[in-house]
Amino acid sequence: MDALFLSFRLALCVSAILLVIGIPVAYWLAFSSWRGKFLLESVVALPLVLPPTVLGFYALVAMGPRGPLGKLWIALFGHGLAFTFAGLVLASVLYSFPFAVQPLIASFEGVDRKLLDASAVLGAGRLRTFRRVILPLALPGVVTALVLSFAHTLGEFGVVLMVGGNLAGVTRTVSIDIYDHVQSLEYGQANHMALVLLLISFAVLSVVSAVNRRVWTPWAAK
Amino acid sequence: MLAARIRKERRNAGPSSFVLDVSIEVSPGITILFGPSGAGKSTLLDCLAGLAQPDAGRIAVGGDLLFDSSGAIDIPARKRRIAYVFQTLALFPHLSVEENVGYGLSDWPEGEKRRRAGEILETFRVTKLRKQRPDQISGGERQRIALARSLVTEPRVLLLDEPLTGLDAELKAAIVDDLRAWNAAKRIPILYVTHSREEVDALGERVIAIENGLVVSRGSPMDVLDAPRRKRLAQASGFENLFRGTVLELREADGVMRVRLEESACEIEVPLGYAAAGDRMNVAIRAGDILLATERPHGLSARNAIEGLIISLEPRGTMVMARVECGVVFLAHVTPGAVRTLELTAGRKVWLVLKTHSCHLVD
Repeated sequence: MDALFLSFRLALCVSAILLVIGIPVAYWLAFSSWRGKFLLESVVALPLVLPPTVLGFYALVAMGPRGPLGKLWIALFGHGLAFTFAGLVLASVLYSFPFAVQPLIASFEGVDRKLLDASAVLGAGRLRTFRRVILPLALPGVVTALVLSFAHTLGEFGVVLMVGGNLAGVTRTVSIDIYDHVQSLEYGQANHMALVLLLISFAVLSVVSAVNRRVWTPWAAK
Repeated sequence: MLAARIRKERRNAGPSSFVLDVSIEVSPGITILFGPSGAGKSTLLDCLAGLAQPDAGRIAVGGDLLFDSSGAIDIPARKRRIAYVFQTLALFPHLSVEENVGYGLSDWPEGEKRRRAGEILETFRVTKLRKQRPDQISGGERQRIALARSLVTEPRVLLLDEPLTGLDAELKAAIVDDLRAWNAAKRIPILYVTHSREEVDALGERVIAIENGLVVSRGSPMDVLDAPRRKRLAQASGFENLFRGTVLELREADGVMRVRLEESACEIEVPLGYAAAGDRMNVAIRAGDILLATERPHGLSARNAIEGLIISLEPRGTMVMARVECGVVFLAHVTPGAVRTLELTAGRKVWLVLKTHSCHLVD
């Protein structure tokens, strides 16, 4: 059960961090008129096409004692970043980034620009326009971003294996635990874990999907 | 007083780039900005509101400079205090009517906000809709809410971009009356964009006609619409008869000149213009300004009586459109009653009667 709790803790941390980083990035990508924007768009989408092992490999190199991130971390906290929970969170944030940012961009772009103009001529600055117009109208996208990054982190394997290794209670997430059990021919335990993960994933997705549907048109639902 | 000089190029795909280059002054009261679609009316409004940036120019309200390309002044839209009602209205769909109207009052204390919103809802007779959302109310109500939302902030200028399209005439008149009543107290410049001639007649104190990015005419509705300076504007404002003419002779003492229409033998008298014999010009005549007689008229002040044959009579709504061959084909409006009593039929000989001043010269 340790592995399961660890996975959930990881997924929660990652989706929370992604929401905080993802919203400004998506806002900028949705509304900026900078011509070189496509470059950042490609960078954001990169984890979608990259094999997790490639991403994990570079993350590991960067976090290692001689990598830039690793050095910084050692200077700040006195210990390395690779094979720790923090390192795992960092790599997972990178890995799930597109799953948070893409739905956010789509929902921000879906907001009628005339409403933003209306907000401006009514005296609202960008922040108030975002808070009172864009965010409420893009709420379904925010929920989708949260769910996708949560679910995607819960199910990741390659990146975790590369960056986190397999330390019980620290980096042994549920997918790695299942793999371990299978390697040791403990099919019963593997099945036990796999089934729990399956049910939980399904439950989370259905709850959110139901919420999402109602959120989609809150003003038409009455 | 709103005074603006704006130049803005719109780079379209393809060869047809578009340049808006206008200089306007709008004093308190309703000024109509009239012109066909694509003339640059909305671009002009966007520049005034601060939603688009002119390439060059100067915009000032009263003594306040809002934009000046030479002094690099560009006050952002949210600080201009210029209210703007869009064609699509752009009501916030997730907010109630009350929240929509209160949106521009965020900086006010809650009590004052409530009082002002309540007042303006009262003025536009939509108090009972306070708790509804925009998709739960009718088109006319939405238009009232959009007006109320813009006016509650006590703007210095009001821009209206075809805000009443799609409403029937009666509802339109009622909303305009409320707007007029509101403005009787506030007296701010209102710039009202429309391409509908009816709205110009109903609303206008002053009209600025704009076409292809340029101001082509300004003045009272009569000046602008009844003496069109340009052919396209004549078509836009409902002149059914438009002929190419050649000036035959000037009679300066009578204030008229004789013009031959097209290459026909048909000659009419038109008001004296800046022209010399032999010049070519366009003559525009409304179908509704032409009288039909079944005998040669006499004892009339109208100077033009043209003989012709009716080609066809087609019902157009409550009117009948008569096509009459006189060397050139004239279109004339008659009522169904006149068709009956005069026993008008195709092939019948008639005389068309035209006042000199119903014949408008067009550049």
